[in-house]
Amino acid sequence: MFEPILTRNCGLPRSETIDVYMANGGYQALPKVLRECTPDQVIETVIASGLRGRGGAGFPAGRKWSFMPKDPQVEKYVCVNTDEGEPGTFKDRELVEKDPHQIIEGVIIASYAVGAKRAFVYIRGEFFLGVKRWIKAIDDAYAKGFLGKNILGSEFSLDLSVHRGAGAYICGEETALIESLEGKRGEPRKKPPYPANVGLWGKPTLVHNVETLANIPHIINRGAQWYASIGTPKSAGPKIFCISGHVRNRGVFELPLGTTLREIIEEHAGGMAFDKKLKAVIPGGASTPMLTPEQIDTPMAFETLEAAGTMLGTGAIIVMNEDTCMVDVARRLMRFFAHESCGRCVPCRVGTRRMLDILERVEAGKGKAEDIPHLEDLANGIRGRTFCPLGDAAVNPILSSLRLFRNEYEDHIKHKRCTAMGSP
Amino acid sequence: MSPLATASRHLSGEEVQIFDPAKRSMLLTALYIAQEQYGYLTPDAVDRVAKRLGLPVTEVYSMASFYSLYRTKPTGRYVLQVCEGLSCHLVGGAEGLVDYLRRKLAVQPGQTTKDGLFTLETVQCLASCGTSPAIRVNDALYENMTAEKVDELLETLRGYHV
Repeated sequence: MFEPILTRNCGLPRSETIDVYMANGGYQALPKVLRECTPDQVIETVIASGLRGRGGAGFPAGRKWSFMPKDPQVEKYVCVNTDEGEPGTFKDRELVEKDPHQIIEGVIIASYAVGAKRAFVYIRGEFFLGVKRWIKAIDDAYAKGFLGKNILGSEFSLDLSVHRGAGAYICGEETALIESLEGKRGEPRKKPPYPANVGLWGKPTLVHNVETLANIPHIINRGAQWYASIGTPKSAGPKIFCISGHVRNRGVFELPLGTTLREIIEEHAGGMAFDKKLKAVIPGGASTPMLTPEQIDTPMAFETLEAAGTMLGTGAIIVMNEDTCMVDVARRLMRFFAHESCGRCVPCRVGTRRMLDILERVEAGKGKAEDIPHLEDLANGIRGRTFCPLGDAAVNPILSSLRLFRNEYEDHIKHKRCTAMGSP
Repeated sequence: MSPLATASRHLSGEEVQIFDPAKRSMLLTALYIAQEQYGYLTPDAVDRVAKRLGLPVTEVYSMASFYSLYRTKPTGRYVLQVCEGLSCHLVGGAEGLVDYLRRKLAVQPGQTTKDGLFTLETVQCLASCGTSPAIRVNDALYENMTAEKVDELLETLRGYHV
């Protein structure tokens, strides 16, 4: 039985308070780092741990830190990405609402390692409780001397404040997040230059997902080797999986990376609700291609999911049973992406809208035979032709559903209605 | 303290310079404050924000139209936002609840009831997929919603305005 690491305090009463965090071993990594480690040693430890970003892309965290310029004269920033909005994902909300100090400790250590004196929390505007929890936690961390001038008597100072977003999924993309922090429309920037060189106000900036930062205190406390021993060689550490859809027990489950989809669905989520048959799984949030029941033994790790033609993404598993209409699912996903397209790149702005029109038409039983190739054409016209990954994210699940469930699209067009859900 | 004013919260002396309200970074916060004071971003509110931050009015409108939590039209006292994300839909939320509210309140999504109490809206994922279906009412989140729970909620909210 795997012992939770990141969510170990989440079930405790008043788990969001600094007292409960400290009574359970919190804020012990920070003094250790400030007294015993140089910034470079911290970066080396994080590289050795094998920690990869938990926000979707899975970039090695330590390497990201090492890209930040070493020049102490250059002002640098750290941003905490709490703009969780990928459909199916609700892990960051859990961590922020139930154990915010774990993340703050991670932010302080990361800022020390990269030489930033200023850090920002960017939180999506809808998370009202999250905003309140962040503010209270930051206040309490200041009061205990973990934030502010000369932290714990060291030379290191750090200020942290909360910046509330205002409803835009795209601001979870790191350069869009930076634009929004600057008070602009959240339209992603062209990369390169990467934020590690040119970020917030043109200064080197490290942007990390909440869950990524929550790992840091544990890596410091228990060592890189211990951390690397969890999970698979290429996907180290624990992962908070979010399960939703047609399972008995929906919710968050913290398990080692590399746990199979079967174990997560059948053991942890209690199996399929109403004993229905499994039809398809979205393994990593709305922007990841679907898997079929035959692929259910795939381990949930970066490399294995990539080999299976999909992605770990945010680890948000959406389970769909035999009664699910896949055209309806595709339409819903596309409605989300068409709504959230920032509008900067024409292929994404116009393409997602056109794909949505077609999917709505097919779903309503008004589809034409040429609609399927037309969808594929549009998808290929969007893919790889946008500044940020939203374009790819929008078309990949649709292309996978067109490949896996083409007959359902054809049925909709032929019979002018849905035959999958049993009822007309 | 209102969480709306968060950006100016933990600033040290020298940073007040960077974060002078006249600076661009305060725009999101300024729009929240204006919206709270005016109820929605009226032309007057937008004008004031623009003047205060030294920005063109068009630039401020451009922000207000980009971010979905800013409103340029009046709403009811309570904005009922029904999540139409995939995970809410799979467990019978989304359409079911929207339909129910549509009939119950006799409004279409985007409209406000005649008494000015409720505005019905559909929104994208609220990150409540494990406790779906979800409805957000102003700043509060209601999870595992059913028709009965919607009835109770409406009853409670109406009770505040008798």
